[in-house]
Amino acid sequence: METILAQLLNGLDKGGAYALIALGLTLVFGTLGVVNFAHGALFMLGAFCAVAFRQFITYETVTLDPTKLSPWGAPLEIKTPMAQIWFGDFGAVLINWSVPISILLAIPVMLVIGIAMERGLIKHFYKRAHMDQILVTFGLAIVLQEVVKAIFGANPISQPMPVELRGSADIGAMLGLTPGMVTYPIWRLIYFLFSASIIGAVFAFLRLTTFGMVVRAGMADRETVGILGINIDRRFTIMFGLAAVVAGLAGVMYTPLVPPNYHLGMDFLVLSFVVVVVGGMGSLPGAVAAGFLLGILQSFASMTEIKAIIPGIDQIIIYLVAVVILLVRPRGLLGRRGVMET
Amino acid sequence: MTLLKRGLTRRRVLQTGMAGIIGSGVAPLMFTKGAWAQEFCNNPTGDTVTLGFVMPLTGAYADEGADQQRAFLLAVEHLNGEGDGGLLPTFSSKVLKGNGILGKKVAYVTGDDQTKSDAGRDAARRMIERDGAIMISGASSSGVAIAEQALCQEMGVIYMAGLTHSNDTTGKDKKRYGFRHFFNAYQSGTAIAPVLGEAYGKDRRAYHLTSDYTWGWTQEESIKNATEAMGWETVAAVRTPVGAGDFSQYITPVLNSGADVLILNHYGFDGVNSLTQAVQFGLRDRQANGKDFQIVLPLVSDLMAQGAGEAIKGIYGTANWDWQLDDAASGAFTRSFGAKYGQPPSQIAQTSYVQALLYADAVERAGTFYPPEVIKALEGFEFDGMGNGPTLYRAEDHQCLKEVLVVQGRENPSTTFDVLQTVQKVGRDVADYDASIFEGELGPYDAALCA
Repeated sequence: METILAQLLNGLDKGGAYALIALGLTLVFGTLGVVNFAHGALFMLGAFCAVAFRQFITYETVTLDPTKLSPWGAPLEIKTPMAQIWFGDFGAVLINWSVPISILLAIPVMLVIGIAMERGLIKHFYKRAHMDQILVTFGLAIVLQEVVKAIFGANPISQPMPVELRGSADIGAMLGLTPGMVTYPIWRLIYFLFSASIIGAVFAFLRLTTFGMVVRAGMADRETVGILGINIDRRFTIMFGLAAVVAGLAGVMYTPLVPPNYHLGMDFLVLSFVVVVVGGMGSLPGAVAAGFLLGILQSFASMTEIKAIIPGIDQIIIYLVAVVILLVRPRGLLGRRGVMET
Repeated sequence: MTLLKRGLTRRRVLQTGMAGIIGSGVAPLMFTKGAWAQEFCNNPTGDTVTLGFVMPLTGAYADEGADQQRAFLLAVEHLNGEGDGGLLPTFSSKVLKGNGILGKKVAYVTGDDQTKSDAGRDAARRMIERDGAIMISGASSSGVAIAEQALCQEMGVIYMAGLTHSNDTTGKDKKRYGFRHFFNAYQSGTAIAPVLGEAYGKDRRAYHLTSDYTWGWTQEESIKNATEAMGWETVAAVRTPVGAGDFSQYITPVLNSGADVLILNHYGFDGVNSLTQAVQFGLRDRQANGKDFQIVLPLVSDLMAQGAGEAIKGIYGTANWDWQLDDAASGAFTRSFGAKYGQPPSQIAQTSYVQALLYADAVERAGTFYPPEVIKALEGFEFDGMGNGPTLYRAEDHQCLKEVLVVQGRENPSTTFDVLQTVQKVGRDVADYDASIFEGELGPYDAALCA
């Protein structure tokens, strides 16, 4: 029971990342009809918003202490972060909470990047074949990751989580099980809750606002909405920006879990497309459901007992499920008739 | 008989033959040391000799590769007589004078193996075929090192391995043209098991998470054998993909597995990630089987320790070398490296630097770049003054035999670099083993012509 609960929690936090990226992908596909292979790069750019913010506030001044020598005989360097020099104790707080705070930076940055990407490049490919869209967005993803590599280097850059959130929570004890048997890192629980909140917010935005209602109408019948005198293109552009923000926020909060590098987006991209296909092209609930489902399956497939029966199953389970789904339910779990069908 | 019948005596035959030999210009080659003319790959003919350095500048071991590159460039500097000379003054062999190798200035080419075997092999091949490299050195992954070593054997170029810890490198995949200064997984097991038994007791249940390639497999096997021999039980050994990043799905099953020790057969960023994530999961705060849960990182470097931060405190591992060792050679290398780069050298920097010097020294002692003679100069070579104490390049498998360090993450580091402390130096006699316990053949000495 404890083992299953632990794997379930793990699947939920993994699934949170998959669902957030797949949600953005589906938003773009559902509104603009573009298969955006640069979406993983947006996740990576979000992560690097956190990296850039931290590097900015931890930029250090170096002073030499001539009274002490390093092991190689040079005066000892004393490094002090600029944020601490400027803001004192508040600077230290900024550094400690840099990841959550960088969300405030990531939202406008990702919105601008998303809109610029759509207006500057992708809009020119709306009437082109899906293959052209895939090629241009894949090329864009490579360009973006090379830009990040040129600026930040190729190595992963650690992003510490706030000291207060570094421990683990005794989930087992909370649920009445033996204390200490199911502990789970607090940040991973936060990541799951954060994912669920963002997903809830996106659905609420689409369901409960006039803007969202128009977008949904546009997704169902773009021409008719246009005939009614509504500038649906502008709304879809904003939705592209929103999808970029969702991917970016997923990236920001992911940084303490795995140190990001320029390749992070590509690592998630293929998985996310599988999630979208399993969930059903164009289906937002499908993307979310498939994200969590595949995260949980991947987690359970990594259990020692399962791997003992089928070695390597943890590496292929997601693709295996995708194959089965495509065979028995080609539209995906919640896919709609007519989407990407001729 | 026929010749003699025509009036040719034995004396005349000998005289004629000798005159022909001298006349054809072969004699100088017969009586001159190093007379192998052009009959080997990339024989340097100009006033420079090119060495090829292949490192992981990207990928899971990129931190190691960056330090490896620093070390190689420093070695080239010292071989050419620039800088403070580094380990040249402390090295027991005194043939290196800082005037290049055999009077030729040392040039170099570098490449990124991306922590991938095929990329490493391609880079090494390019260096041999296009850049004329006479020797290849590098790698910080055993998979890459073994692939490059096999290529170098085929092409007749000596390979001085960087950080490779798999038993296979000088075991079943050993090659005549390949040499390893770094220690191996078998020696790690021999060194660390008694320390773990002393610290954690001899009644423990271990869970292994293992990088799924040659190094991980052999380290898992060696640590399992060594710990089981002293009474530990192995609960499970689970393979994980290299560069997985997020190891959480492999760590959660450990929680209720009945294990009370987690052994992480991971290196580089994988080691940093799996260790920090295991600590985040609260493993070190747990009790299992009535004991404090422990984590072991059998191969650890100071670069990993710096990356792991708080998580490394108290963690045991083994290392090839540490910059804080108090012998003259370690001090000299740390001063030289620190003055140039503003940070102390890591163990991969030390082994890479030493390998470059050992190759140059062997060429000088052989008096030629001809690989079979250089190989013979390295085989069975006893030396000291490189920071590892008295060391032997064993002829049977080209494995260096020297002391092994058991290290532990420091609880209260004084600087960001002061992250590991040596808790035991395991002597060369203890770390020694019979080369025949591993299969494999070194192969021929024959010098190939880059093909």
